[in-house]
Amino acid sequence: MAVKTTTHSEIAVARASKNRRRLMNAIWLAILQVVLTVVLISFLVPALWMVSSSLKASTEVFAHPIVWIPEQPRWQNYVDAFTTLPMARFAWNTFLVVVFAVLGTVLSSATVAYSFARMRWPGRNLFFGILLATMMLPEVIMLIPRFIIFRNLQWIDTLLPLTVPYWFAATPLYVFLMRQFFRGIPKEMDEAALIDGANRLQILVRIIMPLSKPVLATVAVFALLQHYTDFLNPLIYLNSMDKWTLSLGIAAFNESYTARWELIFAAGTAMVIPMVILFLVAQRYFVQGIAMTGFGGR
Amino acid sequence: MTTQVHNQNQRARGPSRLVLREWLEGYLFASPFIIGFIVFIGFPMVYSLVLAFQRWDLLTPPQFVGLKNFSKLFTDPLARKSLYNSAYYTVFAVPIQLMISFLLALALTQKLRLRDMYRAGFYLPIIIPLVAWSVVWQRVLHPEFGILNEFLGWFGVEPKAWLFDPALAKPAFILMSFWMIGRQMVIFIAGLGNIPDSLLEAASIDGAGGLRRLWHITIPMMTPLIFYNMVIAIVNSFQTFIPAKIMTDGGPENSTLFVVLNIYRQGFQFFNMGYASALAWELFVIVTGFTIAQFYFSQRWVYYED
Repeated sequence: MAVKTTTHSEIAVARASKNRRRLMNAIWLAILQVVLTVVLISFLVPALWMVSSSLKASTEVFAHPIVWIPEQPRWQNYVDAFTTLPMARFAWNTFLVVVFAVLGTVLSSATVAYSFARMRWPGRNLFFGILLATMMLPEVIMLIPRFIIFRNLQWIDTLLPLTVPYWFAATPLYVFLMRQFFRGIPKEMDEAALIDGANRLQILVRIIMPLSKPVLATVAVFALLQHYTDFLNPLIYLNSMDKWTLSLGIAAFNESYTARWELIFAAGTAMVIPMVILFLVAQRYFVQGIAMTGFGGR
Repeated sequence: MTTQVHNQNQRARGPSRLVLREWLEGYLFASPFIIGFIVFIGFPMVYSLVLAFQRWDLLTPPQFVGLKNFSKLFTDPLARKSLYNSAYYTVFAVPIQLMISFLLALALTQKLRLRDMYRAGFYLPIIIPLVAWSVVWQRVLHPEFGILNEFLGWFGVEPKAWLFDPALAKPAFILMSFWMIGRQMVIFIAGLGNIPDSLLEAASIDGAGGLRRLWHITIPMMTPLIFYNMVIAIVNSFQTFIPAKIMTDGGPENSTLFVVLNIYRQGFQFFNMGYASALAWELFVIVTGFTIAQFYFSQRWVYYED
């Protein structure tokens, strides 16, 4: 009898402390939620301010206190931004660079990765070691000599220095990622195809690449981001305005029309929009890619 | 010798023509990288080392100057200033970035409402091209019409000149870098998801509270990723270029003249190809040295499961 009462009260005590812990936990989560919301807002404010200011009248940009939402959204700012400087031309150049650089990156990286993943040839390990070593190389060391090489080739002020190197697997990290993925594909698949008389190129294009869509997409998304946002290379290689990319266009806008904040913000917003769309469409590959590549933040 | 042995083995196993064919195809498929490495990486590195011993303005023929460019690294006040600026930026920006991204990742692995939306939100700033981001931040930090001073004004803080004040320009850059921690955060979130629940539960049963679980289990288990993020953050922060070029162009009083901006100026504005190459090698040695040192010291604090 006595034994039974103690167990009862023990259970009651345990239940009470469990309830208390649950309550504490709920309070803690609620506080966390509030704190995170505040932090998140401060994270988004600069971007939201850019978008809202891109629709302001120039008087509202310099108003005190700050106008957070424009009285009347002024879409004309976007038209003005695109006509003040030939932004459409810059967008087209950027498009060309991105398409050719990304295509070259994906195709050449896949070809090289296939060789490293599947074929046996003397020196393979040596070259794979070189590949790993170059992954850590700070690019800035190549800045000056590459410029001189391209200058000797008379490629300055063309889009070639921004695209051609990427047809030669110029970003070793992407080769590495693809090679790791290819090695996960059962070897029997290409051996069977080899016996059926397929050649290596057919195997790569018809078997390996279709099975590797996730890694190909991740590399494509990241190469796209890399070339879309690139600033230093266009800055060095492109002189005449009709060759400029969006990055250079916005930087020039910022220098020459310093006081036209609403136009600068409109140009900036216009440059961000394709990235936001890409992010929404391919969010999965973004997250995978960021975890894998260590890209960003420079 | 080795080839001979190789050939004999193959003769024993099968026709060597097939093997030769695989070799050939292997080289053929790897050739983009082999050629690309020679033309765009290997040769440029050697060439850059040669350049570092020359004086060359691209117009007159290059002149051999011995170690002059390298000794100039130690006497040129701008070279020393830029190195100091980059070191200052790295020393303050990287640890705080890591702390913020780790705390955010911890918070965003709790059972919160709308968790995915929060994650996407914290991550958003890094998909904004850095050029556009710099243009915006230049105005966020504007003394008169910027939102940072407006915000600080709510708490009675006097407006600051930020990018126009040599003492505040670097701190402003550091502040701006905290908005770009989405990548680190994603890596930490992935790592936190990989810590086995059984470990945390076992500690819980043994009576360890939240903070002790964090200190004795979560953080030790995360050290490989903290290390990884730290190495990359240091390499990246030593190569900061875009914000400095756009927002301040190195000013005021060279307080944001970071190393890469200095290299860019020497190379492409003053056309000192040789000296710019020497500066690039200095940065290369520092960054590589840092990375190697970090790997060396990592044995003391990074925990790897076997």
